[in-house]
Amino acid sequence: MLEIRGLAASINDKPILKGIDLTVPEGEIHAIMGPNGSGKSTLAYVLSGREEFDVTGGTASFNGADLLAMEPEERAAAGVFLAFQAPIELPGVNNANFLRTALNAIRRARGESELDAVQFLKLARAEAKRLAMPEDMLKRNVNVGFSGGEKKRNEVLQMAILRPKLAILDETDSGLDIDALKIVADGVNALRAPDFSALVITHHQRLLDHLVPDRVHVLAHGRIIRSGGPELARELEKSGYAQVVAEAA
Amino acid sequence: MTAPLPSGAAGFLARYAALRDVLPGDPALRDAAADAFRTGGFPGATRGRRSEAWKYTSLRPLADLRFQSQLGDASLLADDAITALLARVPTLDAPRIVFVDGAYHAELSTPPAWFARFAEQPDFGTLTWPDREPLVALNTMLAADGALLHVPEDTDAGVVELVHVSTDGAAAHPRHCIRLGANARLTVLDVAIGSGSYLHNPVTEVHVGAGATLTHARLQDEAPGAFHLATTYAGIAGDATYDSFTLTLGGRVARNEVHTLLAAPRATAHLNGAQLLTGSQHADFTSVVRHEAPSCVSRQTVKNVLNDHARGVFQGRIEVARVAQKTDGYQMNQALLLSPDAEIDSKPELEIFADDVKCSHGATVGELDVEQLFYLRSRGIPDAEARAILVRAFLAEALDAVTQETVRAALEASVERWWERQAA
Amino acid sequence: MPAVTETLDTVQSVTQSGYKWGFETDIEMDLAPKGLNEDIIRLISERKREPAWLLEWRLQAYAAWLKMEEPHWARVDHPKIDYQDLHYYAAPKKKPGPRSLDEVDPELLRTYEKLGIPLKERAILAGVDPGEAEEAARTPVAVDAVFDSVSVATTFRETLRKAGVIFCPISEAVHDYPDLVRQYLGTVVPVADNFYAALNSAVFTDGSFVFIPKGVRCPMELSTYFRINARSTGQFERTLIIAEEGSYVSYLEGCTAPMRDENQLHAAVVELVALDDAQIKYSTVQNWYPGDAEGRGGIYNFVTKRGACRGARSKISWTQVETGSAITWKYPSCVLQGEDSVGEFYSVAVTNNHQQADTGTKMIHLGRGSRSTIVSKGISAGHSNNTYRGLVRIAPQAAGARNFTQCDSLLIGDQCGAHTVPYIESRNRTAKVEHEATTSKIAEDQLFYCRQRGLTEEDAVGLIVNGFCKDVLKELPMEFAVEAQKLLAVSLEGSVG
Repeated sequence: MLEIRGLAASINDKPILKGIDLTVPEGEIHAIMGPNGSGKSTLAYVLSGREEFDVTGGTASFNGADLLAMEPEERAAAGVFLAFQAPIELPGVNNANFLRTALNAIRRARGESELDAVQFLKLARAEAKRLAMPEDMLKRNVNVGFSGGEKKRNEVLQMAILRPKLAILDETDSGLDIDALKIVADGVNALRAPDFSALVITHHQRLLDHLVPDRVHVLAHGRIIRSGGPELARELEKSGYAQVVAEAA
Repeated sequence: MTAPLPSGAAGFLARYAALRDVLPGDPALRDAAADAFRTGGFPGATRGRRSEAWKYTSLRPLADLRFQSQLGDASLLADDAITALLARVPTLDAPRIVFVDGAYHAELSTPPAWFARFAEQPDFGTLTWPDREPLVALNTMLAADGALLHVPEDTDAGVVELVHVSTDGAAAHPRHCIRLGANARLTVLDVAIGSGSYLHNPVTEVHVGAGATLTHARLQDEAPGAFHLATTYAGIAGDATYDSFTLTLGGRVARNEVHTLLAAPRATAHLNGAQLLTGSQHADFTSVVRHEAPSCVSRQTVKNVLNDHARGVFQGRIEVARVAQKTDGYQMNQALLLSPDAEIDSKPELEIFADDVKCSHGATVGELDVEQLFYLRSRGIPDAEARAILVRAFLAEALDAVTQETVRAALEASVERWWERQAA
Repeated sequence: MPAVTETLDTVQSVTQSGYKWGFETDIEMDLAPKGLNEDIIRLISERKREPAWLLEWRLQAYAAWLKMEEPHWARVDHPKIDYQDLHYYAAPKKKPGPRSLDEVDPELLRTYEKLGIPLKERAILAGVDPGEAEEAARTPVAVDAVFDSVSVATTFRETLRKAGVIFCPISEAVHDYPDLVRQYLGTVVPVADNFYAALNSAVFTDGSFVFIPKGVRCPMELSTYFRINARSTGQFERTLIIAEEGSYVSYLEGCTAPMRDENQLHAAVVELVALDDAQIKYSTVQNWYPGDAEGRGGIYNFVTKRGACRGARSKISWTQVETGSAITWKYPSCVLQGEDSVGEFYSVAVTNNHQQADTGTKMIHLGRGSRSTIVSKGISAGHSNNTYRGLVRIAPQAAGARNFTQCDSLLIGDQCGAHTVPYIESRNRTAKVEHEATTSKIAEDQLFYCRQRGLTEEDAVGLIVNGFCKDVLKELPMEFAVEAQKLLAVSLEGSVG
């Protein structure tokens, strides 16, 4: 369970998050929606441990552990996965090698045995196939020369292989066509389990047609101004953010 | 006019000894420069001494020549020959400042109000290094006149033409200084022409004040027997831009040496150029861009078109100091070799002491692209014409860097005349 | 804690944990008196029972050296070397050239063990054929181990001899194949080529000699481990590799050195000759003692390596991974004389703490249609300076010559320097030369991305650096590639900025 209380964060002394309260129980998918600049991506970064952001107040715990005290890789080992809005390119680093190194680092941290190259490739190929990704994506360098859609699918592939307990999807739907959107949604749906939860950050409602959230929260000016069921997403799509923000003000 | 002096460095030192008391400005500076020049001499002229800065250019042929000593009123030289030479200078409908053999020529000039003469207000500036650059030492020792262009802050001074005419046997060492106050703007078209065999050794110091923009276009169209050795030092303040382009067409031995100091955040320098060389011309484009402050930008593209026995040299260094984080530096040198005997020597250098920088350089050397050539010919264009089209395209790309339209048109016209001369 | 502070701390801890391969072997040494003069050269020549022509050759080199000055154009800085304060000859007291392992000093064998020479190769050193138990795909490696100046163990000589390949210490080759040595020695790097090469020619004590006869593909990778061991002993190896028409050889060179306070001079000369259709692949992993975190001690590595592609379609390929030495001054070069000959230079140079590297290559294109490729990856960390210096020269007769150069620098931290100094000289219009250089750092978001996926910061740096160097590392023979990847990670552990 992810529990966030009064979380405040700033970058270069400029406050972005101004007191977030949010609880995501195990097994649930919550959507965070909001206008540009509302702090959605900052929330994703702060939860995953990006150092440029200063946490100025509040707490965040995951399954009882103090998330904010952990290094990024410790959070990853604890099961936090961030699907990046703009996945990073790693020239010369082979995708399969990267994934295997990451998976084994996480398995090591969890006291599990490491996978050898053969075991790993079997797993990776199966997942790639399930996500309708060409196998040569595994052989290419991490995100280098990938199209926008390929990058996003690569994030979903990584998620499928690393099997997180909490997936944070930072606008993974942006720039995707409808088929790719479905693949991303299916990727997350496939992970659905009583001990899996997800925080889906999105600007639009369309991803949520395929990935139905248990709760929807609206983030504006660094605060959650409204929460509701899946119907809230449709309402936002119809009336726009301005009205909701104005109502809350 | 006096009798010819001894050749080489000794000749110039003898001339200094004779003129020391009549030259304007601080004699201590000149004496120090004379000492430096006496020690250094002309690069390449002394056997056994090789300087890395002059690796590819030797001034030995210059050291063997004797020059006339000229000092005083250039108006005496106003004759038909000079008028004929001036006909080659692009007409810009702008104020024009004319120097002949290093001395200001009032009759031929239409100066702007903010123009002053070095002869009357000697200003050696603060950026030059006579102790490191033998030609700057020579200039400092013998400079008698030059243009001082001081544009006050917040003033758009438009365009000005700075023309230097050299005559046979002369040795000129003009000392120019261009200063732009904060947020000022100025475009200078700096033209060098002449006839016969001579030395034109100008030193130009440039200060671009905060937020100011100087467009500095140079047209080097010297006589085939000329030694053109120009050195420029530019200091660029925060948010200021020094946008320079040098078109080298003339000279027997030419060197365009530029030292640029990006001294405050967000300063920008463009050091572009093109060298079109034929016969046994030798032209050297040497530049140092020093990033001394964060977030500065430098851009440089220098293209060479080399025919016959011509030799092109490019030496470019980008230096990034520790403090100069977020530097964005780019440098490209390209050479087209059009004849079996042409030669290019290229040394693009990076010297980086800051980690958060984006610096790159590239160099390409070769002849025209065979496939492009074939494509044109397959469309029915004869070989010679097809080649000309591709060379023009290569040059047009270089001239695209000149954004001031009247200046670009002037340079394009000069390139056109260069083509006509080739065809003749 | 911000990443930068962390980094500096980690660098310190890594450096304090020290140089893993730093130790000394206590073997009685036979030392010549300090200093260099004709008598010392005569002594070296006499100890090695050299023919008169070689002594004469050495003396010529010495006479040339006396008139030369140390080169000062490289971006390296060191206290003046007193060449009269060095020993120019050191040999283990046991009689040179043991033919079996029993004759090898046990202390020496333990040294190899500490050096981390792979088990397989220790087995080879012990004279045991790796056999079926080893991975079937593995090719045997012949090791000519140079301990200080004298080769003490040579293995697999029999197999090589059957193939007609000569692989032996050059001091033996002088006796056993004098005509070959005399024909080629000093023809690629003339005695007076440069200050250090002249010094080497005057006083070299040993090194490897390889001869691959016409049409022979050398049946195994040839490998030599160099060690510098004796205090204040200059090390002057001389290597000569000749590949006759249509032959092929892959030669591996790797080294570590013991920790000590004094700087040590190393001035090797390597000469390669490739005749028509011959190929020589020369790979180096250099991990000599780089000095401590304050820049004290470390090896001065002033090496002249040059290959002559004499024959048509001949090919010489240099691959180097340079992580060690306080100063590296090294430009493995190719003289492309043959028509359609090929030169390659693949380099990774890592500098940390106060290391200085000025390294690169020269590609001299003389033959029609000659081609060269240069890929250089420089990584600077700590207070180090890392310079690529390279020359591509196209002679007038080299019609259709091609060069492609890619130089990339990676800076880690803001106290180091990365410099690129290419010289491009073309005198043939049909030649095509392309040069590209970039400078970058490890981006914060790359590190964060890796850490978000569970990698530690150090693993992330290792991964990104290995990715940066991939184009070079893939040129190394497999067993070296693995070692090199580890070395890169060790050399840069934690040095994130």
